Amino acid sequence: MSITDLFSTDLKPVNLGLDMFAEDLAAQGAAPVRMDWTPPGGGDPDVIAALGRLERPEVAEKINAANEEALSRILAAQPFLEGFGRAIDTVPGMTATTILHAGPPIAYERMSGPMRGAVTGALVFEGLAKDLDAADELARSGDITFSPCHEHQAVGSMAGVTSASMWVHQVTNRTHGNTAYTNLSEQLSKILRFGANDQSVIDRLNWMRDVFGPMLGAAMELNTDGIDLRLMLSQALHMGDEAHNRNVAGTTLLIQALTPYLLETDFSTQEKREVFDFVASSDYFSGPTWMVTAKASMDAAAGIANSTVVTAMCRNGVDFGIRVSGTGDRWFTGPAQQVVGPMFAGYTPEDSGLDMGDSAITETYGIGGFAMAAAPAIVALVGGTVQEAMGYSRTMNAITTGNNPNVTIPALDFMGVPSGIDARLVMETGILPLINTAIAHKDPGIGMIGAGIVHPPVEAFQDALRTLADTVGEA
Amino acid sequence: MTRYIDIRKNTYLDSVSLMSMSTKANAVEGVTQALLGMATPMNKEVLLNVGVQDPAIDAAKPSDLMIVIDAADDLIDAAIQAVDDILARKNASAGDAAEIRYRTLDGAFEEVPDSNLVLISVNGAFAAREARKALVAGKHVMIFSDNVSVEDEIELKALAHEKGLLLMGPDCGTAIINGTGLAFANAVRRGSIGIVGASGTGSQEISVRVHDFGGGISQLIGTGGRDLSAEVGGVMMIDGINALAADPGTEVIVIVSKPPADEVAGRVLAVAAESGKPVVVCFLGSPRTESGYDNVQLVSGTKPAALAAVLATGVDESTLDLHALNIPLVEEVRGKLAPEQQYVRGLFCGGTLCDEAMFAALATFDNVYSNIQQDPAYRLGATDVSKEHTYLDLGDDDFTNGRPHPMIDPTLRLQRLAHEADDPEVGVIAMDFIVGFGSHEDPVGVTIPAIAEAKAKAAARGQHLEILGYVLGTDLDSPAVAEQVAQLEAAGVTIASSSTNLGLLAREFVAKGDHR
Repeated sequence: MSITDLFSTDLKPVNLGLDMFAEDLAAQGAAPVRMDWTPPGGGDPDVIAALGRLERPEVAEKINAANEEALSRILAAQPFLEGFGRAIDTVPGMTATTILHAGPPIAYERMSGPMRGAVTGALVFEGLAKDLDAADELARSGDITFSPCHEHQAVGSMAGVTSASMWVHQVTNRTHGNTAYTNLSEQLSKILRFGANDQSVIDRLNWMRDVFGPMLGAAMELNTDGIDLRLMLSQALHMGDEAHNRNVAGTTLLIQALTPYLLETDFSTQEKREVFDFVASSDYFSGPTWMVTAKASMDAAAGIANSTVVTAMCRNGVDFGIRVSGTGDRWFTGPAQQVVGPMFAGYTPEDSGLDMGDSAITETYGIGGFAMAAAPAIVALVGGTVQEAMGYSRTMNAITTGNNPNVTIPALDFMGVPSGIDARLVMETGILPLINTAIAHKDPGIGMIGAGIVHPPVEAFQDALRTLADTVGEA
Repeated sequence: MTRYIDIRKNTYLDSVSLMSMSTKANAVEGVTQALLGMATPMNKEVLLNVGVQDPAIDAAKPSDLMIVIDAADDLIDAAIQAVDDILARKNASAGDAAEIRYRTLDGAFEEVPDSNLVLISVNGAFAAREARKALVAGKHVMIFSDNVSVEDEIELKALAHEKGLLLMGPDCGTAIINGTGLAFANAVRRGSIGIVGASGTGSQEISVRVHDFGGGISQLIGTGGRDLSAEVGGVMMIDGINALAADPGTEVIVIVSKPPADEVAGRVLAVAAESGKPVVVCFLGSPRTESGYDNVQLVSGTKPAALAAVLATGVDESTLDLHALNIPLVEEVRGKLAPEQQYVRGLFCGGTLCDEAMFAALATFDNVYSNIQQDPAYRLGATDVSKEHTYLDLGDDDFTNGRPHPMIDPTLRLQRLAHEADDPEVGVIAMDFIVGFGSHEDPVGVTIPAIAEAKAKAAARGQHLEILGYVLGTDLDSPAVAEQVAQLEAAGVTIASSSTNLGLLAREFVAKGDHR
């Protein structure tokens, strides 16, 4: 529109900046479009310069093509539950003295209280230490290998602590052939993944090792077709789950699919009864299943040259780490944040530990916080209205490469979940991914004390963007 | 402290809602602890852990709702009521749609495709980037932000020119497009006079004077103060003149700027001549008096510019109140000042107003100091003490660094006013008060106490301190100019009727001999 044309058209201003100007415009009847703007790149001049380099048309074109490839792999991935096995027998690189943990790499000494509690508990559970004090000493001795789950094709809820004899899901992405792993839900109470490690916790782990895991494994041996997890996830979203903090529908669907085979196993009726009671004791049974579904999908999109799509978001209770497709296995980290949300009776925000767990792989895939609009029953977690929950899912469209037509949100006219977080868009818009998650008590041994929302630290994305500009931008 | 325990039989609320309600209940006044939960074994254990024990709780079933409230004795009833309200979800707001705000310009353009102009006032470090996005999307742009590099300005203006768009700024304080004021602007009548201004308050002043003379404004295009520099080359000024030339709603064009770079001035005048419309040019402080073109008239100040423009629309001069300089007033003030009170101190919010007053002083005096003086020998920094005749543009970068503009925040000027009043050689303190969109809601009111104090200081040493004020605004502005003037008059301040007269009166009050 030329200047002269503007003079004969109704002025329709956009106000970017001082609100008082918008108010003056409104007072004059000019109905300004208002912005909720934040400086790109978190206001860091280096990052803005990096964005500029990545925006050059020839570079942007290359990135866009790579991101489309990444997105198409995420959407095409078909994770199937193939079986359950012991970590030592299945997870790549697992040894008798390896402890896998959630989040980016971290030394034992730097771990948060709950994660240290989980590690020492696991060492006792494995029989590597006679008690927790001995376990702490062993953990510091250098004889134990600590490694992120993510570096072993695995994810772990909360502390994510996975040791050799724990049972894990085996999920294969049948489209791309990669397999991913995650351990079993201890259900929601005083549990290892929240740092609890007393005898009741060890007893439960023993039972899971001796009865629960083997029975699930035996059931899946009888199910030669495997279970199509993406299809089941899609159904669960239509039933009101977002598959991170609300899993009641998914758990019902999963146990329904497993039940005929569980019944056919050679375990005693008493043992079967124990397994069904255990699954029924918490909606969270399928929580890890959706995490590993997401992991199997996101791994297929990893390592695509020039892609700025985020392939992992995870936290160890101290650091928040992300991985980006075009930079492969490299971690970009920033400080883990405090989760904000309603808490169980008797607890206050001062009791809460920092954000922890690999469960943000669900948001990386496009569910969890990104699918908030599918789960109006839990909008209280984000402290708002159903309408606001709808807004959260839509907002994530601004930072993602596309939508997943296989996993949809009925209330948004079956909009596919926003998928393929683009690190460029996160920095450009200042919109950080929204993560729904549990709040762990800051001290080991207490467990979950609430749930709410959290965002990644901006530093992780700034770091990633600078590296992308140096690699992709110069290629 | 009172503990209230209530077990509601067969009342179910989901755990997520209960967590949220607990959080709210704990925030109720007087409540030290509120626990809401279904009576599941796990929740009962939680209550036990925090020391809540009661037979009613022991007897409760998982289908029962447990409510425990610990509150101060006198507040317990109110707290129970408040928690009841929370449980009843009485405050749930039904569908009051939050105002839509967009995170990115691209997002805004997508949702509001008919948006056509972006007013940018974010930190200058980010303004150029956003402006580029707006231009690429085909939107006109006004950049209010300062601290945008001249390289960015040149690049943005080239892009805007290529796309036929406005790029007003950076550091563009005012514009009126289609009758709507943008950023700092005054409520003026619409009419047939178009303004292109490189100086914000100069443009505001001319629009107000035109309004005062009964005329109106078709469009007011700001260019930003650097537009007429040799580097930028007057790109926006020239495009602005051409746009007004093509605009059927514009009969007369007014150009206002500090003196441009010579080669740019020549080009601007040539483009003005080609417009075929009467053009009034006010290059403040320029020695040039002839444009060399029949339809292009050079004038010396903002008021002459407004007058020439209004006359060019065909108004009969004899019907206008010209607000001629009040000679008897000059004599009266001279009579009140002591012999040693020879100097003017000008404390300005408006850069052009400062300029205009300073040039008026320079026509009579040599010893005129300012932070915007061209001659380095007479230039003052922000922290320098005033000397002899001093005219300060308090809205200049030296003063605004890290603080709001004096049109919004009067603090700096109030301090300076107190300081100037201590100098027994000062006879006149001249000040502008700018009302209108964007400005302080009562610039006179916040200054009155400091004026009274300044006058009292002078009186204490047996002097009359002349405070001369000018209110830039119209009867349509809020607050209206008459209201502000009345406040000043009540405080014993002498009123100038225009920026031009403010400069002349200030000078004449302390000058010797004939009036010029």
